[in-house]
Amino acid sequence: MNDFTNWDILRNLLLAVPWTVLLSAIAFAGGGIVGLILLVIGIGRRKWARRAVDLYVELFQSTPLLMQLFLVYFGLPMLGVDVSAWLAASVCLTAYSSAFLTGIWRGCVDAVPKGQWDGSASLGLSYLAQLRLVILPQAARMAIPPTVGFLVQLVKSTALASIVGYHELTKTAQILTNATFQPFIIFGLVALIYFVLCYPLTKLSRVLEVKLARSDR
Amino acid sequence: MGYEFDFGALAQYLGLFLEGAAVTLGLTVVSSFFGIGLGIWGAAVACGKRDWARKLIAAYVELIRNTPFIVQMFFLFFALPSLGYRFSALQAAALAMTLNLAAYAIEILRAGMQAVPAGQSEAGRGMGMRPLLVFGLIVLPQALANVYPALVGQITITMLESAVVSQIAVVDLTHVADFIQSRNFRSFETYLVVTLIYLVLAVLMRRMLVLGGSKLFLGRDP
Repeated sequence: MNDFTNWDILRNLLLAVPWTVLLSAIAFAGGGIVGLILLVIGIGRRKWARRAVDLYVELFQSTPLLMQLFLVYFGLPMLGVDVSAWLAASVCLTAYSSAFLTGIWRGCVDAVPKGQWDGSASLGLSYLAQLRLVILPQAARMAIPPTVGFLVQLVKSTALASIVGYHELTKTAQILTNATFQPFIIFGLVALIYFVLCYPLTKLSRVLEVKLARSDR
Repeated sequence: MGYEFDFGALAQYLGLFLEGAAVTLGLTVVSSFFGIGLGIWGAAVACGKRDWARKLIAAYVELIRNTPFIVQMFFLFFALPSLGYRFSALQAAALAMTLNLAAYAIEILRAGMQAVPAGQSEAGRGMGMRPLLVFGLIVLPQALANVYPALVGQITITMLESAVVSQIAVVDLTHVADFIQSRNFRSFETYLVVTLIYLVLAVLMRRMLVLGGSKLFLGRDP
């Protein structure tokens, strides 16, 4: 089985990259939508809703993503719901990222000065109008750097989908290793590819943070 | 839906759950100890004067922080043996967790050290203390107190991420869950219970560390 050249290995790994990117994108988009809904519910006036959202965030942040994946992928079929690896990974990572994004955004909304709420309320704006016109635009500015930073965490988290058999970068690496017995070059390349995906985002997050800090001065 | 929950079927495996939890916690304790130790050393170098050493540390931190933990672990466990370095699964897991935590700890502690006013170490040196003493007695305690909550958070994350060490056959909590559900085919109950055990471990660990920290850094806001 030595007819795999290094180029063949790299080519096959690169073919898997779109699946990692796609899963990240789905989880980010889905998590963003769910997270936004949870954010609006969580900052509302109802105390129980606020608590429920806090609990949701806490549950996802205090249990391993792998267990969440296993519960959906191996657990749900027991209850009669059939899930593919693809569906399990998308659903899990969406829920996971929604929890983290809600947590991040919540912090940003809380950091908007209280006077902004009072001021917009005194202008007669409804709750949703307050959010849309006054609070969220200010919170969003603060939220961009940590959100981009979370994207790095999300891309890395998609590697866990390989464990339930979703064919992304890490899974492809395992299959290639089994075929070629060249783990060193394969996992070295895989680490490099993840780095190339994540590092620009890390850098961007940092640049945006510095920019934000400067504009606040 | 004709499925009946049976959590009672898990009771006989209590011993296994406890063993798995002990391995997970043990790995976390070992990697926290060495990871934060390495982190302190790395952060000190990163705040130091030698440019090449600072760049080396920065490269290490970026490399670890921008690649998935599972890939780092697979690299240690599958790839390094081909160079002649052979680890047991447990060693590879502990090493991977330590190296991973160290990178995050360097970043956290560096920020903590930079937040200590320069006057503190200048005053220490002014009193004739050796540089190492200034670092150990003046800068480090304040830096640790500055970033303690972030370190606690990172230790918790390391514990939760350690679930993937089951993939190289370390018999941790997740591996125990895999084993039990392969025996009794009650995967939903098994994974739910193990998820809850992780939750309890994470919450308890965080509480205890925060409590311990408020005792350790007395007189400061927790």
